Amino acid sequence: MLLNVENLNIDIATPNGSLAAVQDVSFRVSKGETLCIVGESGCGKSITALSLLGLLPKVAKRTARQMTFDGLDMQSMSKAELRALRGDRLSMIFQEPMTALNPLHTVGRQLSDVYRAHRKASRREAKERAIYLLKQVGISNAAQRLNQYPHELSGGLRQRVVIAMALMCEPELIVADEPTTALDVTIQAELLRLLIDLQKSFGMGMILITHDLGLVSRIADRVIVMYAGQVVEAAPAAELFTKPSHPYTRALLGSVPDPSYPRMKPLPSIPGTVPSLVSRMEGCHFFDRCPLACDACRQPIQLATIDKDHEARCIRVGKGEIRRKVVA
Amino acid sequence: MLSYAVRRIAMACLLTLFVSFIAYSLIFAAGDPAAALAGNASTAADADRLRQLYGFDRPIIVQYLHWLSGVLRGDLGTSLYFDQPVATLLLERFTTTARLGFFGLVLALVIAVPLGVVAGRWPNSMVDRLALLLAVVGQAMPSFWFALLLMILFSVKLSILPASGTASWQSFVMPTIVLGYFSMPAIMRLTRSGMISALESDYIRTARAMGLSEARVLFDYALRNAALPIISLSSAQFGFMLAGSVVVESVFAIHGAGSLAWESISRADLPTVQALVLCFSLFYVFFTMVADMLNAMLDPRMRSK
Amino acid sequence: MTEVVATSVGSSQVTANRSSLLRWLSHGGLMLGLLILFIVVTMAIFASLLAPYDPYLQSLPTRFTPPVWFPGGGWEHPLGTDHLGRDYLSRIMYGAQISLAIGIGTAVVSGIIGTAIGVCAGYFGGKVDSILMFIITARLAMPVVLVALAVVALVGSSLTVVMLTLGFLLWDRFALVIRATTIQLRSSEFVTAAELQGASVLQIIGHEILPNLLNNLVVVATLEMAQAMILEAALSFLGLGVPAPLPSWGLMISEGKDSILFEPWLITIPGVFLFALVLGTNLLGDGLRDVMSPNGRN
Repeated sequence: MLLNVENLNIDIATPNGSLAAVQDVSFRVSKGETLCIVGESGCGKSITALSLLGLLPKVAKRTARQMTFDGLDMQSMSKAELRALRGDRLSMIFQEPMTALNPLHTVGRQLSDVYRAHRKASRREAKERAIYLLKQVGISNAAQRLNQYPHELSGGLRQRVVIAMALMCEPELIVADEPTTALDVTIQAELLRLLIDLQKSFGMGMILITHDLGLVSRIADRVIVMYAGQVVEAAPAAELFTKPSHPYTRALLGSVPDPSYPRMKPLPSIPGTVPSLVSRMEGCHFFDRCPLACDACRQPIQLATIDKDHEARCIRVGKGEIRRKVVA
Repeated sequence: MLSYAVRRIAMACLLTLFVSFIAYSLIFAAGDPAAALAGNASTAADADRLRQLYGFDRPIIVQYLHWLSGVLRGDLGTSLYFDQPVATLLLERFTTTARLGFFGLVLALVIAVPLGVVAGRWPNSMVDRLALLLAVVGQAMPSFWFALLLMILFSVKLSILPASGTASWQSFVMPTIVLGYFSMPAIMRLTRSGMISALESDYIRTARAMGLSEARVLFDYALRNAALPIISLSSAQFGFMLAGSVVVESVFAIHGAGSLAWESISRADLPTVQALVLCFSLFYVFFTMVADMLNAMLDPRMRSK
Repeated sequence: MTEVVATSVGSSQVTANRSSLLRWLSHGGLMLGLLILFIVVTMAIFASLLAPYDPYLQSLPTRFTPPVWFPGGGWEHPLGTDHLGRDYLSRIMYGAQISLAIGIGTAVVSGIIGTAIGVCAGYFGGKVDSILMFIITARLAMPVVLVALAVVALVGSSLTVVMLTLGFLLWDRFALVIRATTIQLRSSEFVTAAELQGASVLQIIGHEILPNLLNNLVVVATLEMAQAMILEAALSFLGLGVPAPLPSWGLMISEGKDSILFEPWLITIPGVFLFALVLGTNLLGDGLRDVMSPNGRN
């Protein structure tokens, strides 16, 4: 087991009180495995990713029953220990390639800095390593690229540099937060293929945060679906796509087998009031949009086991209603 | 880069020309230089004679062009009071003032930048509050009064620093503190806000996610980005500080350009005043230009334009 | 259902108002600034009632009376007397009038000039903006103290001359801030809407732009007031500002300078008042900016 997270909670302090951005999220990633975290924006998936690296903003507070990386307790780590881990054994790829790189340093300098932060290496060695990785991420004439500044590169190239940066020290686990969302559709597919190839050749575990279910179906080993800070469903990928159990998952998949199954209501958008909404929510978070909501959904709902490794947070799960509908 | 430099230099020249004309005509428009020169006890005939002697009766633009052609040849006119070429006078006096300004700026930067970095890294911390207090007090402190306070403390009460002159290095201590404290608040606040916005940026988050040391993140990645506006501000502050030396030099009886300015104004020594205004503006224009070019060199985004 | 919504909206508005009032009250700097200004303004307005003596009344036998907290001082002259035996407290009170008059007068003059330049530059953009930006930069390059000294010396020193000179010199910050704000407003929806409805340029500037500049104007005016008060004191200190025997605080410090060895309080007392007034005005300006800007600090 590479990464084990149990009952992760993240509270964000706002002027109107504390907001539970992530509630009781648990997941595991093994060596070489791909875990996808799926959900709409604002569901807490990005902040979950940041918390894994200890990069939460000051207003956010993280608590977890357990959080281990390769058996090491991440919660009791000192800042220095955590820093030594980050970028070396555990790395991250961010969403925005346009702003993720320091505008004042060359690509080569930024890549070398990462390598030299974790390895005793001379400038020349770091430079050679940087050229090697730029080649790995499919950048031609890598040696010349080293002397270029981020603003001289296109978005796609910049994201390749960001990936190269994350892989400088051959991490065992990589967290990729919507790594291609900000890019052109044509480049998206290419970069994802690259990322997956690199994952295989480096043998890394990967946590991929995305809202693209098509992508998930092709690469994920396990999937967790998040809604408003909670895991609403967790399952092996194959199982999730054949037997989606939570109404939200089904809505996301858009695969409603029963035409009589009611459609999801549109997302109520009330800017500014979201925090109080979430913190006050007692029962099912999906209540307002759920086509199957009933009075019983106002009670707090626990994750219920459906099969081995398959859980969903819905009162109907145990009663077999959803299963029946899906199977029918 | 080269074309940027050429354009920037052309701009600076144009600016100097414009400013010198405004200052020239302002001083002439403000009063009757001949009457001022002749003094209170003079008659109208005295003034008229002076007017013709110095050519004050010609249109301002003609006088200005005449003066400008002299300036371009290095002739700033002759001081009415000292009876020697203004250029010689200025050279001598500006050495002192520039030295003082340099010390002041160095002191301001040495205090403001580290303080701003710490305050920006830990907003609302004790250091941040202290820095803010120091800045707020500094911005409200009239420099001539601050100078007198220092003098009361160090020269009168403690007698450890000379109250005036430029005889030894000790005499530079108080003027340097006054000038440094004058420009410290603005630089400190800019450093602080620059650090805060740099530290919130995505590239700092990337650097942290890659496990770079805090020192590297703070001083190499964040401060370098925050430094670009600090360079611009410092150059402007240096210009303001030189121009503000009028006050400080008169308090500490330092024979620099500032006290020369004050003396010449009191004595209606107009050629000297005009030359001084021109020089102070020129310094401002020159230093802001240098800062812009430095920025262009440090910022690859500007360099490639 | 509609009722519930209506009440909840109503109550949330009440909380919004209360919280903005709270924001004002809980801003320490703003409150301190207001307090200081309140005291100085009261002193200035009621100087003729509050001042124990005529500020110009000389009394050579009682010259250099120290303030009450020094040995030899007494309650008949709480802040002592100066080298001509004039009551220092009375002079300080009347001096507040001068500082405030200079501050307000300069802020008004420079505010008008700076707003005109800033609005034109921001609204018309292009060539107009380039030219006006050039003028603003030129203004920044001019050594303020020097030019002000020269002009006041040549025109002849008086309160009005100092006020106008500073007003004509200190408009740069107004121009820069107003220009930036106008550029923002220019591209806002309500200005576009007004344009589409066929409003003239003057109407748009008068009805849409200027009212929205008010917050920024107040903030800059406050900060500029502080600047003007310091400069007036500096000019008067150099003997080329407000003429004697007016009780300008800067002039008082200058007159006290000769007594630095034995009566340093002649320098410290007016300085403390000047410092406090400038501090209060700056705190008010900074505070207003914090409170009125939607994003708070920075």
